[in-house]
Amino acid sequence: MSQDNSNRYYIILGVLGILLATYTIRLFNLQVLDKSYKRKANENAIREITIHPARGFIYDRNDSLLVYNDAAYDLMVVPKEMRPFDTMELCRVLDLEIEDVRKKLDKAAKYSGSVPSLFKQQISKEDYGYLQEKMSEFPGFFVQSRTLRSYPQPIAAHILGYVSEVDEQDVENDNYYKMGDYIGKSGIEKAYESVLRGVKGKRKVLVDVHNREMGSYDNGAEDVVAVPGTSIWSTLDMQLQRYGEELMSGKRGAIVAIEPKTGEILCLISSPNYDPNLLVGTARPKNYGKLVMDPEKPLFNRALQAAYPPGSTFKLANGLIALQDHIITPSSVYSCSGGGYHIGSHVVHCHNCGGLNIYSAIQRSCNTFFCRAYYNILSNRVKYKNIDEAYTAWLDYMSSMGFLQVFNTDLPYELKGRIPTAEYFDKKYNNSWNGNTVVSMGIGQGEAAVTPLQMANMLAVIANKGYYIRPHVVRAIGHRDSLNTQFSDKIYSKIEPRHFETVLQGMKMVVTAGTGRGAQIPGIEVAGKTGTAQNPQGRDHSVFALIAPANDPQIVIFCLVENGGFGATVACPIASLMAEFYLNRKVERTDLETRMKELNIK
Amino acid sequence: MPKLDPYNKMSKGFDVRLICYYLALVLIGWITIYSTCYIPDGSTPIFDFGQPYSKQMIWIGTSILLATVILLIDSGIIQHYAYFFYLFCLFLMVLVLFVGAEINGAKSWIKIGSFSLQPTEFMKVATALAMAKFMQEGKTANEKRYVWIGQFALILIPVIVVMLQHDAGSALVFGSFIILFYREGLSSGFLVMCIIAAILTIITLAWNETYSIALLTAVFIVFMIANRTQKKKLRRNVIVYIASIVFVFSVNFLYEHGFEPHQKQRIDTILGKTSDPLGADFNLNQSKIAIGSGGLFGKGYLKGTQTKLKFVPEQSTDFIFCAIGEEWGFFGTLVVFSLYGALIFRILKLSEKQRNPFVRYYGYGIAGIFIAHFFINIGMTIGLLPIIGIPLPFISYGGSSLWAFTMMLFCFIKLNDN
Repeated sequence: MSQDNSNRYYIILGVLGILLATYTIRLFNLQVLDKSYKRKANENAIREITIHPARGFIYDRNDSLLVYNDAAYDLMVVPKEMRPFDTMELCRVLDLEIEDVRKKLDKAAKYSGSVPSLFKQQISKEDYGYLQEKMSEFPGFFVQSRTLRSYPQPIAAHILGYVSEVDEQDVENDNYYKMGDYIGKSGIEKAYESVLRGVKGKRKVLVDVHNREMGSYDNGAEDVVAVPGTSIWSTLDMQLQRYGEELMSGKRGAIVAIEPKTGEILCLISSPNYDPNLLVGTARPKNYGKLVMDPEKPLFNRALQAAYPPGSTFKLANGLIALQDHIITPSSVYSCSGGGYHIGSHVVHCHNCGGLNIYSAIQRSCNTFFCRAYYNILSNRVKYKNIDEAYTAWLDYMSSMGFLQVFNTDLPYELKGRIPTAEYFDKKYNNSWNGNTVVSMGIGQGEAAVTPLQMANMLAVIANKGYYIRPHVVRAIGHRDSLNTQFSDKIYSKIEPRHFETVLQGMKMVVTAGTGRGAQIPGIEVAGKTGTAQNPQGRDHSVFALIAPANDPQIVIFCLVENGGFGATVACPIASLMAEFYLNRKVERTDLETRMKELNIK
Repeated sequence: MPKLDPYNKMSKGFDVRLICYYLALVLIGWITIYSTCYIPDGSTPIFDFGQPYSKQMIWIGTSILLATVILLIDSGIIQHYAYFFYLFCLFLMVLVLFVGAEINGAKSWIKIGSFSLQPTEFMKVATALAMAKFMQEGKTANEKRYVWIGQFALILIPVIVVMLQHDAGSALVFGSFIILFYREGLSSGFLVMCIIAAILTIITLAWNETYSIALLTAVFIVFMIANRTQKKKLRRNVIVYIASIVFVFSVNFLYEHGFEPHQKQRIDTILGKTSDPLGADFNLNQSKIAIGSGGLFGKGYLKGTQTKLKFVPEQSTDFIFCAIGEEWGFFGTLVVFSLYGALIFRILKLSEKQRNPFVRYYGYGIAGIFIAHFFINIGMTIGLLPIIGIPLPFISYGGSSLWAFTMMLFCFIKLNDN
C-alpha cells in the first residue's frame, strides 16, 4: 500500500460531498418545500373538541317545565387503545350479541384506529353507572355524555316540535352545523332554533400518540367557550293543554284557545296526538316510522293544517259584515218560515223561527236570517257595482279578521284555508252567479274551509271588539319577563267596534237561552256559538266557539270534534269545561267532565 | 525531561478544531435530549437522575474525563494495547450472547445493576485500532495475500457476533472499513463489483429476480458480441454471468429467510413496495412529519409537538435527529450537518497529512465509522434508508455510545499529535 493512492483521498472527499449534498437537498425538500408535513403534524397533535351547549329549556306561561334536557351516555371506543377484554361481560351489560360487538369493532377500526367511534348510542343510566365502575376492565372504551330532550308531560307534541340530527340539507344551508349536530325540526324547536341552540364552543387540545389529552393547545388561546341555549317561555298553559288533551282523547279534532288581548295561544290541541318522548333518542327512527304509518295520522296538526267548513260559527263573521255594510241594523228583522231559505226549488232548511233580529238569529242559529243577510251583502248594488266587486269586498272583510292567510308567527306549517275567489266562481258559473249561488257560505257551509286557528283568531277579534294580535306560542325569551314583542302589533279588522257589541250580545244569548246552553259555567258569563260542519264523508263535525268571561274576555276557544254531530252535543261542553278550568283552575261539573273524557268517537 | 512533560505535549498541537466540533455536538445532544424529555405542562427539573438528560450529563462529564485521560497517556500505550483491547471487547461481546439483556429486539447489553453497557460500541473503536496496527505490521510482510485475509477476519469476527445479537445496524457499520481499504489500495474492480451487486440487490428486491436476470442477460450478450474474438474473455464473461445469477438468487433467498418480518417491511417501505403509514411504517412516517414540519427555522425550542407528544419513537436515542429537525428547522439540521461534515473532513484531512501510517489507517477507519453512523442514522429518519437502529454519534442519548465515540475521537486527536 503505497502513497500513490493518495488521489483516492479526493475521490473519497468527492463521494462524501455528493452524499452530504443529497441529504441536504432531501432535507430542504422535506422541511422547506413540502408544506404537507406541517399540516400532518397539526392533525396529529391538535384535536379540536367541539363543546355542545345545553339546549334552552321551554317553560309554559306559569313557569312549568315543558321541555328540558336529560343526560344521555354514548359508549365510545378507540380501537388502538383496546386490549383484550371480557367480551361476554360487555355483551351481557349492553344486551348485545357477540356478533354485533365484533361488527361494531370492525366498523370502528375501519373508520379510524385512534379517533373515537360511537360504539353504542344512548346507553341507559343503569348501564352507564355499571360501566363507569368497571371502565378499567374495558381499555379503549369510554363514556361520553350528551343531552337529549325530555318532556315531563306527554303533551303539546305538535307545538313543541322535535329535535333530530341535522341532515345534509341543514349542513348545506347553515355552516354552523356539522354532521352529527342536532337541530329543531318542527314547532317551537324549529322556530326558535337559533335561540335555543346556544353557541357551540371549541377547545383545542394536544393529544399524544396514545390519543391521551396532554393539555390545551397554545394555552387555550384559540378556545371558545360554549354559550348555553336560551330558555323560552311558551304562551301555553301546560295544565290547560293537558286538560284539553284529556278531553279530546278518543276523538279526532282540534282545540285552539287564545288570550285575546295578547294573541297568546293558551293551548293548541290536535287529536289524536302522540307523546313527544317517543321522538327522542335511539327509539326515534322506529317510533317516527310508526307514527307516519298510523292511519289516525297523529303527526298531522289539525289545528293548523286541517281546513274544515266552519259551520254556523261562521255566521258571526257574516253578521258583523252585514252590520258594517248597513245591510242590517241590530233591530232589522228577517222572517223565517216555510221550512227555510228558498232558492228556486232548493231550500236551505231552518226551523220556521219566525221574525227575528240578529240577536235572536245568533241565539237560535237561524239559517234563513244569515242566508238572507249574506245574499243581501252580495247584492248590495248601491255600494258595489257587481257581484264580483261585492264578493271581493266580502273577502276583504274576512281577511281583515284573519282568514285567507297564514299568521306566519312561530307556529309550524299553517294552512291558509280555502275560500274561493270571485274569479273562481266566474269561471265555475260562467260569469252568471249571484248571492244565492254561493249562499251556503253565509252559514259556514259550502266552499269555505278554514282552520281552527283562524276561527279562534276570529273569536279574538270579536272579544277585542275589532282587532287581533297574531296568534303565537312564545311569550318570553331568556327571562320570563322579557316579553316577546315581535308579534304584539294590533291588527284591526274593517268592522267598527260597536258591531261587535251586537254580535257578542247574541253570543251571550246563545249560552243563556239558545243552542249553547250547555256552555254555561256557574259564576261566569259565557258567550258562545254552536256550529255543525257538514261532512260529506260521514257524520257532521261538532263545532263550538266560546268567549269568556263575556264582558272581559280572558279566553276564546274554538273547538271542533270530527263526526261529533251537533255543536251542542260534544264541542260545546268540551269548550265550556276548558273555559271553566282555565278561569277557575278547577272544574265543578265533574260528571260532564268524566262523560266527555270517556266519550269515544272514532 | 521536557519529553516527559505532559503539559508541554498537550499545549503543542492537539487539534483544537476537532475538540470544538466535539463539544458543540455533545452540547447540542444534551440540549436536544432535555427537549425530548420536557413535559409541556409539568415541571422538568434539570437534575432528576431518573431522567435521561440528567444521566446524559453524567455521561458527558465522564466522557470529558475519559478524553482528558486519553490525551494525557502516552500514545504508545494506545498502539501497544490495540490487540488486547480488541480481544477484550470481543470477549465482552461474546459474553453478551450468554448473559446479555435484550433491548428493542437486540441482545447487546450487559446489565450491571442499573447500569447497562453495550460492548458493540467499544468494539468499533477497538476494531479500528486493531486494524490500524495489523495493517501497519502487514506493510512489511512478505505475503500480502495473507494480510488481506487477516484484515477481512478482523472485521468478520465482530460482524458475526453482532449478527448473533440481532444488531443488524452495527453489523452494517463495520462495512465502513471499505473506505479505509479503498484508500489503501483496494482495487477499483472490487468496488465496481460491490456497486453492481448493490444495484442487482435493489432491482431484485424492488421488483423481482426476473428483471435482474433480464438485465444481466442483456449485458452478457453485449459483452459476448464485443469480445467474440477473445476466447479468454468469453470464458470470463460466462463465469461472471453465472456467478451473478447465483448472486441474484441468493439475494432473494437471503431476503426471504435471513430477515425478520419487520426488517423486510422496512426494506419494502424504502423501496416503495408497501406503504402502511398507520401500521408498520408509523415510525418512519412520524419521523418524517417531525422533521418536515420544522420548516425553515423550526417550531422553537421545547415546542415540537411531534416529539413532546411522543409521536416519534426512540426520540432521545436513534430518532433524536427528529427533535432537532422539528424544533430548529432546516437551519438547525444544517448546523448539525456542517458540524459533522467539518468533523469528518477534518479527520480525513489530518489522516491524509499524517506521515505515520498507523494514524492514517486509524483515522480512515474511524472516519468511515462516523460516516456510516451519520448517514445511516439520518438517512433512516428522513426516509432514505430502511429503519436501522444505530445512534447518532455524540448527540444520541446513551453512555456506551458517547464513551465509545469519545474514545474513538480522542485517540485520534492524541495519535495525530505525535
